[in-house]
Amino acid sequence: MAELAQPVVESIEPELARRRRIAIVPAYNEEHTVARVIEEIRAFDPGFAIVVIDDGSTDRTAVAAERVGVQVLRLPFNLGIGGAVQTGYQYALDNGFDLAVQVDGDGQHNPQEIARLVDPILAGQADMVVGTRFAEGGGYRGTRLRRVGIHLFAGLVSLMVGQRVTDTTSGFRAVNRKGIRLFAADYPHDYPEVEATVLLARHRLRMVEVPVVMRIRETGSSSITALRSVYYMVKVLLALFIGLFRRYSTPLEEP
Amino acid sequence: MTPFRVSIVAAIAAVILLLVILELIRSRRLQERYALLWLLTGIVILILSAWRGLLAKLADLVGIAYPPSALFVLASFFVLTVLLHYSTVISQLADQNRILAQRLAILEHDLRSREEED
Repeated sequence: MAELAQPVVESIEPELARRRRIAIVPAYNEEHTVARVIEEIRAFDPGFAIVVIDDGSTDRTAVAAERVGVQVLRLPFNLGIGGAVQTGYQYALDNGFDLAVQVDGDGQHNPQEIARLVDPILAGQADMVVGTRFAEGGGYRGTRLRRVGIHLFAGLVSLMVGQRVTDTTSGFRAVNRKGIRLFAADYPHDYPEVEATVLLARHRLRMVEVPVVMRIRETGSSSITALRSVYYMVKVLLALFIGLFRRYSTPLEEP
Repeated sequence: MTPFRVSIVAAIAAVILLLVILELIRSRRLQERYALLWLLTGIVILILSAWRGLLAKLADLVGIAYPPSALFVLASFFVLTVLLHYSTVISQLADQNRILAQRLAILEHDLRSREEED
């Protein structure tokens, strides 16, 4: 485990500087963007430990990340975003971090906005904070089909968790130690963000949304193509439905 | 009544199925726990093709006019059960596979950092 550098940026809140904090960066074939994402996280706060999870990439993602000197976990084969992110949470748990931020390796999340993301956690108001594209102040341009799908899930999830949720598919999130522990033990597979929100509520952890602006992807394509959308919808609906009848027993207290 | 020839063919098929399963277990290509459902399938089909009165009664009970059809229905029921069982096994294996991959990635990373320290 590398020693954490002391923050040199004065704009970092003292409260943030006190946390053992880590950025979890899942990356699948992002050799062109992953290094810049890392640099941007460092520019925001050099005190963030950074772990890149190379999700079985066929390009040189892991090499590109190692070259800029971050920890890289190489999965032996592609697990999908859920399995990759969970590996990051397991790493964060093993190494005693108490604040974790998920930042996609494709550059669609702006690390400058981590400040907003961690704020409710530092204030003790939330266990997980999700960067949403739809709350006031955020901006999102996407195809109409995707918007409809996202709003449909948002409505459904809002009903299930008893709290207004506007963006269930955002992978730009921050969690505290409780959240790290939960996600290390139990994290949904294929398209995890929707289910993770419900999972969190089921464990009575508090979730807050903050508006963020997502950038247009620079390279690669979204993991959700038009053809997969139907499978995605059906799969997530089934998971949500079954989730209603599932018993949750993950121990959340520190041993 | 089931035509005699249907009974003979079904019985032969069931016996072959049973022999193949037993051979697969013997040569350790099939674990006993996954063979049980198959063995049950073979035995039930064998009994019903040999004991033609029972098959006729069974068909009558569920309203199947032509007894050999009952044999097929029963066989497909077993095949479905075996398939469903396999789906649960695959799900479990996929889960374990994911956990192994995650542990491996973390262990490899730890090993490399340790080597670099030395």
